[in-house]
Amino acid sequence: MAYSDKLIDHYENPRNIGSLDKNDDDVGTGLVGAPACGDVMKLQIKVGPDGLIEDAKFKTFGCGSAIASSSLVTEWVKGKTIDEAGTIKNTDIAKHLALPPVKIHCSVLAEDAIKAAIADYRAKAVQKTEPQAGKPADQTAEAAE
Amino acid sequence: MTVLTQIRRNDQPIYLDYQATTPLDPRVLEAMMPYFTYKFGNPHSRSHSYGWEAEEAVEKARAQIAKLIGGDEKEVIFTSGATESNNLAIKGVAEFYKDRRSHIVTTVTEHKCVLDTCRHLEQQGFSVTYLPVQKSGLVDLEQLRAAVTDKTVVVSIMAVNNEIGVIQPLAEIGKICREKGAFFHTDAAQAVGKIPLDVEAMNIDLMSISGHKIYGPKGIGALYVRRRPRVRLVALINGGGQERGFRSGTLPTPLCVGIGEAAEIAMKEMDSEAKRLKKLQDRMLTGLQSKLPEIYVNGDLEHRIPGNLNISFAYVEGESLMMGIKGLSVSSGSACTSASLEPSYVLRALGVDEELAHTSLRIGLGRFTTETEVDTAVDELVRHVNKLREMSPLWEMAQEGIDLKSIEWAAH
Repeated sequence: MAYSDKLIDHYENPRNIGSLDKNDDDVGTGLVGAPACGDVMKLQIKVGPDGLIEDAKFKTFGCGSAIASSSLVTEWVKGKTIDEAGTIKNTDIAKHLALPPVKIHCSVLAEDAIKAAIADYRAKAVQKTEPQAGKPADQTAEAAE
Repeated sequence: MTVLTQIRRNDQPIYLDYQATTPLDPRVLEAMMPYFTYKFGNPHSRSHSYGWEAEEAVEKARAQIAKLIGGDEKEVIFTSGATESNNLAIKGVAEFYKDRRSHIVTTVTEHKCVLDTCRHLEQQGFSVTYLPVQKSGLVDLEQLRAAVTDKTVVVSIMAVNNEIGVIQPLAEIGKICREKGAFFHTDAAQAVGKIPLDVEAMNIDLMSISGHKIYGPKGIGALYVRRRPRVRLVALINGGGQERGFRSGTLPTPLCVGIGEAAEIAMKEMDSEAKRLKKLQDRMLTGLQSKLPEIYVNGDLEHRIPGNLNISFAYVEGESLMMGIKGLSVSSGSACTSASLEPSYVLRALGVDEELAHTSLRIGLGRFTTETEVDTAVDELVRHVNKLREMSPLWEMAQEGIDLKSIEWAAH
């Protein structure tokens, strides 16, 4: 399969690999996919006091397209508000990386990962204002589809 | 005329996919060349020397193949490859004997061309038993014995599996088939020239052979069809009645010469080659195991051809690993290399977890693999597995002691 230069660049030089402290209130963690399906993405965002995403990290188990898709979105979300980040569409990711048709699901997963990270961040924010029992983020894989 | 060919150019990746295909042995090419050029006769032309010379070459090749498998040259017919041989063997006997016997036994780990042929016959009204295999990849002989009935026309079980390289107990299978009066067909594409085969001792009635898996040319194969007791087949291809009427069409003389020469070389060099490959296999495996935790060999390591390793590198997806190891040409059991998005059905049949199936690579070693290439491959694999594990959330979770099975993953 021939991949685009942009995809190969993200695969070979992935941006923002790593982990943020998932217990930090300012960090939202999204864990999507399933090992049995061959791809799992963990995407984390850290939201600053100004409401902008100041850092993003990812770890991905998956094919080259999955790694590139998650690497790309960590670049895209930085500096955005969480509302802006939530508007990133899988089609934009697929278009930017020129994903072949069989790899479109990788971009879908990356979009889901952002949404899951945002949802986790928001749930923490709510919890902070009205404390109640919640599941730790790393124990729940958000539905991909 | 000497035809000297280089097996690998220096700028090409290291070839470690010998179960997919093998390069043509330069000695084979040399034997073939005259039949592409001045010895171009039709082997079926009986009226002049061009034809006689081609016929002689084709018959020599037939004998070379027969000798390698312990059969008689009259029992070898040429086909376009192992896929055609498998189709002809299974459909041919099923069709011929359908009034008396209409049941077929095979295994779930057969090559797609056997499984698809069986599916086709099911649609034609035949019944097929797909035997499971054990964790080792080997068939359970008691299960086989129980599955074969007086309605079974043919048992089709591959000699060596193309993904995991395991060797089925052919002699024992042959014995059971003979006792039950069913024909024994074996797809031996991955076995011929790699392990000793004897159609007599193993009671094999039909055997499929491929040219390009034994350093011969692509586009040629053979089918061994037993004469005593006689196995009858309905032909797939009708025409001039060549190949005892089993397979019409003008024989491709250069290709026949090629597969014959390849068989002869394999016969002469099988022992020494197997020993050499066993060393390389050990070197590869111990090299990887000493540097990487959590890697698993899929399929039995004892009953296995030395030219195959199938390894799961836990927490690293196979396609991404293949993208990294650009200097190596291997193949993967991961779904992401195919359009199907399903991981290898062979690995699944062994009971390998889907997540581990996604992390598997098939590494094929062969005649032209060197120690240096193995060492380079080990280094490159170790480097990239480590790099990808560093970016794998599963590896991170496993290091934190989280049981991945305890998590409710959302299938997608």
